[in-house]
Amino acid sequence: MSQFIDIGALNDIPPRGARLVRAPEGEIAVFRTATDAVFAVDEWLPGKAGPLSNGIQHGQCVTDPMYNWVFDLETGEAQGADEGSLRVWETRIENGRVLLTRDVLGELRASA
Amino acid sequence: MTQKLIIIGAGMASGRALEHLVEQAPNAYDVTLFNAEPRGNYNRIMLSPVLSGDKTFDEIVTHTAEWYEENGVTCRFGEHIVSIDRANKTVTADNGDVLPYDKLMFGTGSNPFIIPLPGHDLEGVIAYRDLEDTNRMVALGDKPGARAVVIGGGLLGLEAAAGLKNRGVDVTVVHIMGHLMERQLDEAAGYLLRKALVDKGITVMCSANSKEIVGEDGHVKALMLDDGTELPCDLLVMAVGIRPNVALAKAADLTTDKGILVNDQMVTSDESIVAVGECVEHAGAIFGLVAPLYDQAKVVAKTLIGEAATFVNKEVATKLKVTGCDLFSAGDFAEGEGREDIVFRDPARGVYKRLVLEGNKLVGAVMYGDTADGNWFFGLIKDGEDISEMRDTLIFGPAFQGGSPVDPMAAVAALPADAEICGCNGVCKGDVVAAIEGGAHTLDAVKATSKAASSCGGCSGLVEQLLSVTLGDEFAMPTKETVCKCTDLSHDEVRKLIVAGEMKSMPQAMQELNWSTPDGCHVCRPALNYYLVCSWPDEYADDGKSRFINERVHANIQKDGTYSVVPRMLGGITTPDELRAIADAADKYDIPTVKVTGGQRIDLLGVKKEDLPAIWYDLGEAGMMSGQAYAKGLRTVKTCVGTDHCRFGTQDSTGLGIKIEEAMWGAWSPHKFKLAVTGCPRNCAEATCKDLGIICVDSGYQILVGGAAGLDLLEAQLLAQVATEEEAIEYSCAFYQLYREGAQYLHRPYKWIKKVGLDWVKEQIVEDAENRKALADRFHFSQKFFQVDPWAERARKGVDSHEFKPLADLTDQRMAAE
Repeated sequence: MSQFIDIGALNDIPPRGARLVRAPEGEIAVFRTATDAVFAVDEWLPGKAGPLSNGIQHGQCVTDPMYNWVFDLETGEAQGADEGSLRVWETRIENGRVLLTRDVLGELRASA
Repeated sequence: MTQKLIIIGAGMASGRALEHLVEQAPNAYDVTLFNAEPRGNYNRIMLSPVLSGDKTFDEIVTHTAEWYEENGVTCRFGEHIVSIDRANKTVTADNGDVLPYDKLMFGTGSNPFIIPLPGHDLEGVIAYRDLEDTNRMVALGDKPGARAVVIGGGLLGLEAAAGLKNRGVDVTVVHIMGHLMERQLDEAAGYLLRKALVDKGITVMCSANSKEIVGEDGHVKALMLDDGTELPCDLLVMAVGIRPNVALAKAADLTTDKGILVNDQMVTSDESIVAVGECVEHAGAIFGLVAPLYDQAKVVAKTLIGEAATFVNKEVATKLKVTGCDLFSAGDFAEGEGREDIVFRDPARGVYKRLVLEGNKLVGAVMYGDTADGNWFFGLIKDGEDISEMRDTLIFGPAFQGGSPVDPMAAVAALPADAEICGCNGVCKGDVVAAIEGGAHTLDAVKATSKAASSCGGCSGLVEQLLSVTLGDEFAMPTKETVCKCTDLSHDEVRKLIVAGEMKSMPQAMQELNWSTPDGCHVCRPALNYYLVCSWPDEYADDGKSRFINERVHANIQKDGTYSVVPRMLGGITTPDELRAIADAADKYDIPTVKVTGGQRIDLLGVKKEDLPAIWYDLGEAGMMSGQAYAKGLRTVKTCVGTDHCRFGTQDSTGLGIKIEEAMWGAWSPHKFKLAVTGCPRNCAEATCKDLGIICVDSGYQILVGGAAGLDLLEAQLLAQVATEEEAIEYSCAFYQLYREGAQYLHRPYKWIKKVGLDWVKEQIVEDAENRKALADRFHFSQKFFQVDPWAERARKGVDSHEFKPLADLTDQRMAAE
């Protein structure tokens, strides 16, 4: 079985934008950069940041809409003086479709 | 004994294979060459110069009739193969001939993809693939006033457009993506290319969706876009991509997927049959560029003569000249994997270069305008060389070691002499430079001699840059506050240059102002977006992705990720019907909190993001629109009841408040803008701490500006006293426009007034009636484009629907298990 789930077309995510995906592991923000790289990170860093799919996407980063923390989407790490780390989920693009790791299914993954 | 080789298709790849074959083993095969086009192999890439008139067809023929004859090739041009009998190893031609083969080579190439739009089969809808297509376009040039539309902003489409333009045809390019050649170029380079094409007189429409091809008497008449735009044309060229031509191979039961599957030796699933060129699929890849096709041709020739050879799909760089513009891209220029960018821009020469680094290695490069160093960069990418030693100077290419860094003042230096520097006093760059050259060597001296920067002072930074550009080291630049780390320019400089340089899109501004990052950051993007919105209300396309979330989704985000919704209540007046609709919405959408705001309206808090379009729809049905309680823009006009009900009221303060709000709603500004109109000096509407407050008195209206009651507490100051409502409205609109055009992004009016001085504001609005009227006129012009209810757009027309729906829901166990 594939390790990835097809969650939609790349064109369903606007460039420099994001879409929300609901998963058993929680809400996940899936970003598409200006150069069509796709990243998935947790929508929330509880008590600190989120909902990140609402932030401004720039370069390889997103700026949190609540407190302006900037997170690197590749590593999930907060940049600059802020400290915090988002869970990062593996993604792929194949034939214009966005694939997200099955890890987001959590316990469902085993039964799936 | 000589074996029989039949080749299907006389294209560039099979032609090159044939050359290798006759050169290396002239007697190995008896070759028969079929070609559906009624001619032999020509250099298809050179059709563009044929189209533009720079070359004739004879000049681009690769193999002449003599060549085929000399090499013993039997040519059957203009003939198709209709079937293949693999068991008996024969092919059947369309005239019924059955020919035996020992080896068969597919060189069937590719077919242009035709979008199945309604009307795609009309006469006058063509692709751009062969000489026939080219001749159709050439012929169109003979028709006076001919018009053509090209669908597709890739290489082929742009070459078709440029060729048609050269032939005197009026051309429009329609491209579905946001910028041209998006597979080879990033947004900034795409912008430069677009500019070059527009300068040639070609109309370019990006993010444009074709809907239907309209015909008349069976012939194409126009292309209709999904927004209703109709583009009349005599010829419609579709250049949206190619698909490997696999029909014959499929019919012969060869293994195919996207293309005809081949192994590293270019052998198909039948060991007697090889394939080469755009029709093949190798290790999942299909091909369009010529370099790998020639590599395949080498390998397939070796395979046919029984020698070992292996095709390796090497990384290729794209170096192109599109209609006189040099482009280069190589490697992977997407972001990711801890990548960093080095960006170089030279606005005056129209040069853009971007290098993408990963660790100590160069992984990608995009260049526009100056591609001289392209191959050197490509070499670094291919070899994976460690570039850490030369990182500082890498972008300047192999010739550069040491020297001075990029000039941060390039944007100012590039301005023409007649570019306006000081709008207050009408001073252009030439005047300032003349003053400097005449001996004014300090900012104050320039102010005194040229008048530049002597009024609001917003152009001081530019004047200082001109001093520096003109005097060199003799002038020491004072330190200044830049917009953000992406630029060396201040807010005032950026906005002045946007206006003076007529920059009308974000990629254009970033390019011409020498931005150091590819697409800015959360600090500069909203500021640039505002400056562009304000400067070009009729021309600039607002960039929602550069707006803070509240302005992007037209509601205020709350700390739990829900939103609050505030309908507009002009002047704080509502009706029982509106209140009922609000109450119904609060019930229907399970709103936890309903609150009366300080701006005299009602706030529905705790709305789920997905419910926003629906609740807006319901409120819209009751006649309400967005209160824009989220906007860096016009918020509310607070009023008291005035002469309608109050025994102290001196004027109709409610009525005036409603009129002002009707004139101003929908406007964007550097920061939020709040007003109040109060009916007497008792000031129940609290007009004295607003951005603009009006106090009604017996003799007329006092207009106060620059109040604050937030982090700072400031009393508004008197701007003017006027006699009539009309004047009060004109002064208010003029003040708002002066602030909109002059203040730096995120400065409230009081901060801006502190910088420019209230006296200067009075000079502009009170003392100069003509200027006041011009300001008010510019405000009303801008409002024509911004007085659109954003809620209705989203609730009824589906604008930005992606914002409100999750992309996927994987919490459903059955779905996830699929």
